[in-house]
Amino acid sequence: MSETIANERAGLSPPTPPNAPRPTLPDEPLVVIRPSKSWVAINLRDLWAYRELLYFLAWRDIKVRYKQTALGLLWVVMQPLLLTLIFTVFLGRLARVPSDGIPYPLFIFVGLLPWTFFSNAVSNSGTSLVGNSHLITKVYFPRLIVPAAAVLARLMDFLVAFTILIGMLAFYGVAPTPNLLLLPVMALLTTAMALGFGLLIAALNVRYRDVGVVLPVLLQLWMFVSPILYPTSLVPESWRGLYVLNPVVGVIDGFRASILGHPFNWGALAITALATVFLLIYSTYTFRRYEKDFADVI
Amino acid sequence: MKPIIEVEGIAKRYSLGTGGASYQTLRDALAGMAKAPFGRGRARKGAGGETLWALKDVNFKVQPGEAIGVIGHNGAGKSTLLKVLSRITEPTAGSIKLYGRVVSLLEVGTGFHPELTGRENIYLNGAILGMRRSEINQKFDEIVAFSEIEKFLDTPVKHYSSGMYTRLAFAVAAHLEPEILVVDEVLAVGDAAFQRKCMNKMRDVGQQGRTVIFVSHNMPAIVRLCPRAIMLEGGRVIEDGPAHHVTGVYLGTTGKMFSERVWEQQAAAPGDETVRLRAVRLKDAAGQPLGLVDIRQPLVVEIEYDVLRPGKRLSAGFICNNDEGVCAFSSAEVEAETIYGQDINFTGRRVARCTIPGNLLAEGTFTVSAAVYAILDGPHIHAQESDIVGFRVYDPAEGDSARGIYTGPVAGVVRPRLAWESVPVLEGAVSR
Repeated sequence: MSETIANERAGLSPPTPPNAPRPTLPDEPLVVIRPSKSWVAINLRDLWAYRELLYFLAWRDIKVRYKQTALGLLWVVMQPLLLTLIFTVFLGRLARVPSDGIPYPLFIFVGLLPWTFFSNAVSNSGTSLVGNSHLITKVYFPRLIVPAAAVLARLMDFLVAFTILIGMLAFYGVAPTPNLLLLPVMALLTTAMALGFGLLIAALNVRYRDVGVVLPVLLQLWMFVSPILYPTSLVPESWRGLYVLNPVVGVIDGFRASILGHPFNWGALAITALATVFLLIYSTYTFRRYEKDFADVI
Repeated sequence: MKPIIEVEGIAKRYSLGTGGASYQTLRDALAGMAKAPFGRGRARKGAGGETLWALKDVNFKVQPGEAIGVIGHNGAGKSTLLKVLSRITEPTAGSIKLYGRVVSLLEVGTGFHPELTGRENIYLNGAILGMRRSEINQKFDEIVAFSEIEKFLDTPVKHYSSGMYTRLAFAVAAHLEPEILVVDEVLAVGDAAFQRKCMNKMRDVGQQGRTVIFVSHNMPAIVRLCPRAIMLEGGRVIEDGPAHHVTGVYLGTTGKMFSERVWEQQAAAPGDETVRLRAVRLKDAAGQPLGLVDIRQPLVVEIEYDVLRPGKRLSAGFICNNDEGVCAFSSAEVEAETIYGQDINFTGRRVARCTIPGNLLAEGTFTVSAAVYAILDGPHIHAQESDIVGFRVYDPAEGDSARGIYTGPVAGVVRPRLAWESVPVLEGAVSR
């Protein structure tokens, strides 16, 4: 009886001195851990080394979201489709909101697609750090990957939902114009902007959970001050200067212009691009500054 | 030789209070951000904010291929040290130079997602721990074989038993190939056979010339795995040297704490549906808890257990190991009258007592592993737990112990006081 335990122990002889060849050490340390300075540049080498984690986290996000749902990935298309239906009935038919001469369902779907992507990406990445606190406190990796993966996962959703749009365009007989060449730029701009807001909100949310609580409300309001359900032309001329300061205006109008062949609103686009660049720099900086206490505060 | 890890003057301060946010409110933060968007906005410490130094001036060097154990009481700074070493949190002062890739295992199965299958979790967990996909592909079969879960590879892990989950998680971790491996008590999980497998794997890692830093409360495990140990107390290194010495110091300071182990909840106690261990205690002849034992003094080992189901002839037993993991002796209730004389219909709580006589064990630190079994069934072990309590034997060298008036080192794990006799057999000049 006690032999059973004793035999198990016998498998654990005391350590013998290592006889395997020892690895030769680099002259310079691979990593030096020390308190960081106030300005912390992004460690690009580190991010590159962990690029596969970005992919795996995005993949997990998508996989987990649709596990145990009967419709699975179909939900990606259902969300904007159902909204389009509702808005078409109430706003298009009953309230007769103008749509720049475009069939209202198409008009609204082209707007809802990038907006759904943007708002889901912002809210997903904004709460991503807190949602992954078990990772943050247990293992090292560049924290930027977490909100970036959340945006990437929503970008995948966006691309899937986009296939429906192609069908809709064919149905309404809208032919592609050269404007379509700028579509990837619009998608990139939206992604960059979502990442910019996502990073900032994610970092703040670690310390102040208030941010996560008000975020859905803010996104709701944001939708109404953006040209999703109505065209920009509905906004009085005198207000338009102020209106385009909302960076979402530029991309939504940009999407409509490139897909439906309208002239681009270059002014609004320039504002969006400028705001996005500034936002990305600022939020990356803020993120890096907050990053070092994530594990202690979260 | 050049060290692979150089820890210099590491300190870590935590602000007590609202989760480390040091009394800063959202309003303050927003105001600060508006005033100086690129300023040094890191939490202005509240003037009266209390701070705690979890680590203070910690220095040590680790040679490549060395395995070192880190021990200390709760709150001594072990976890903080590991977190700083694995770059989860930043030190407040000091620096650490790492000349190799570090992988830290602060828990088993970090990032496992219950909805994902075993296969998917292997990839996800591997990526989180810093493995490349190609690396995982290459080791995939080995990982699956090690985890023994082939059949359930495509089942979501939420349907796994906790044992399967742990095995899979450890299997992924065990196949990492970092130059430096930082491990926190992850071996305190799983059944005995799997623990042994893990320990062997860890030792292999050490023998492959990798550097291991291992934090544990399990002193025998530290001694078996690590030739060297450091002990932390109040955030400082207070001992650094051979593991058997440092663990001895640790057990010496915890003598009292270690002399009793009680499982308050039956469900969490080791055992099966028939028997649950409830307590193991070390006492002196008068019934007082004892951790520091005079070599001449007898020591009582008390094993308390619950019998949940009648019908078994049960015996209690234990193994006494020294701090190098060498078994000094084992003992159990095996006399015919104990086995056949017990009431087979008994259910309830029972205490088995055994007295280790004085002048039996040598000086040093010992741990007691206990079990309750039915010896007539094979034997069949119903409850068992390793290294439950520990005690330290010392010799005040007053002349009436086995060492007599000799004060130098004495070999052996036991030191019985044996009778000697010498008589003259030939007197005068001894011829060749």
